Amino acid sequence: MTAPIIRIDRLDKVFGTLKVLDGLSFDVMPGEKLALIGPSGSGKTTILRILMTLETISGGHIEVCGEQLYHMRRGDRELPADEAHLHHMRSHIGMVFQHFNLFPHKSVLDNITLAPVLTKGEPKAKAEARARELLEMVGLSDKAGAMPSQLSGGQKQRVAIARALALQPRIMLFDEVTSALDPELVEEVLLVMKRLAAETDMTMLLVTHEMGFAHEFADRVLFFDKGRIVEQGPPDQIFRNPTQERTQTFLRKIIAAGHRV
Amino acid sequence: MQWDWAFVAEITPTLLSGLKLTLLITLLSAMVAAALGLAFAIARRSPNRLVARPTGAFVEFIRGTPLLVQLYFIFYVLPDAGILLPPLVAGVIGMGLHYATYTAEVYRAGIENVPKGQWEAARATNLTMRQTWVHVVIPQAVPPMIPALANYLIAMFKETPLLSAITVLELMNQAKSVANSSYRYVEPMTLVGVFFLAMSLVSVVMLRWLERRYGRLGK
Repeated sequence: MTAPIIRIDRLDKVFGTLKVLDGLSFDVMPGEKLALIGPSGSGKTTILRILMTLETISGGHIEVCGEQLYHMRRGDRELPADEAHLHHMRSHIGMVFQHFNLFPHKSVLDNITLAPVLTKGEPKAKAEARARELLEMVGLSDKAGAMPSQLSGGQKQRVAIARALALQPRIMLFDEVTSALDPELVEEVLLVMKRLAAETDMTMLLVTHEMGFAHEFADRVLFFDKGRIVEQGPPDQIFRNPTQERTQTFLRKIIAAGHRV
Repeated sequence: MQWDWAFVAEITPTLLSGLKLTLLITLLSAMVAAALGLAFAIARRSPNRLVARPTGAFVEFIRGTPLLVQLYFIFYVLPDAGILLPPLVAGVIGMGLHYATYTAEVYRAGIENVPKGQWEAARATNLTMRQTWVHVVIPQAVPPMIPALANYLIAMFKETPLLSAITVLELMNQAKSVANSSYRYVEPMTLVGVFFLAMSLVSVVMLRWLERRYGRLGK
């Protein structure tokens, strides 16, 4: 049996007096496509941000690719991870943000090659060749020389996906990647992600309000409320036959708001 | 009071050499202020309180005391501690240090202007802190600061006469010595004013251009 690529064990996250994650535990298997759904403030984005080390944790343990994310072993003592350890661990993980966060002063090509050249010491030519392949994959071969400000939201998000892929992470995190897009631009981003899910064995965690997409994309859906998993299972089960009342209420509201399931 | 053109012609070369020194001091001090200000701004943001707090206190101290006092201190008091600096060096250090505390504020505003998402994207692509500063934050933070920095450059230029107090033979000091030896103040002081005005006018035109080119901070 293969070991989980991510193990979250009794994870707590507190912002001031607000408990965002409350003793959360779940595992993710390599290659699994996971959709995290739930009302806003349920802690799902916080999980992605914690995995990307953009937040600190208040308690518990996370293991990524067989190593502790926020802790390190020194002899038989367990210490909080230092920056070098975090840097090492981050190389397993890539993230795509709701608001793209492209580097506005760099061309599309430079956005993609910056990190591979700086953090992996890749030769510029090799990084550029790979960046062009990635741009072709996201359907933006003709935009290599463009600046981010010249792109539409959907194009920016596709560049952001290519930028994250350029580092060849084993785990990709997608944080509401279509929420900031105009409705007519959502589809082109989802198409890229579907192709990515079909063509690679990368582990993917997706936080989304696009229930139809979550249904189609995910192997497993986790429904969150108040920092805990209320219900989880295959998409058909969660979307067609949810057992928990809170899941049913949430899905009813989403459908009432005009989203497809 | 009579205006003597012959006297003007006679003293102009001396004053021009003073002007040259004034420009040199401005340029060197500006370089010190630009570099040191950035260092102050970054140190004040350090997560390490042992770095951030003393830097903050030092910056407030420099800003809270007059430049003239600082110049006296560097030039006349430091020698007691065995640090003897030539007037020009002392002047450049004093002016550079003083204005660095102001440029640090400009840098601070510029750095805070860079959205949080940029830091997060840098972290998500696994850049080190240093790479994040060099490749992501500074290139975005600096252009909007340029007009404000240029403003301080003009201010520094107009403060250079203070260096006459520590015997630097810049424009004002040259004019004073000419005036003191000839007992004529009208021409030298008028020329000093005219030179400063001319340079300032050029700078203001340049500044307007920079503002159009790079926009204003916080716009």
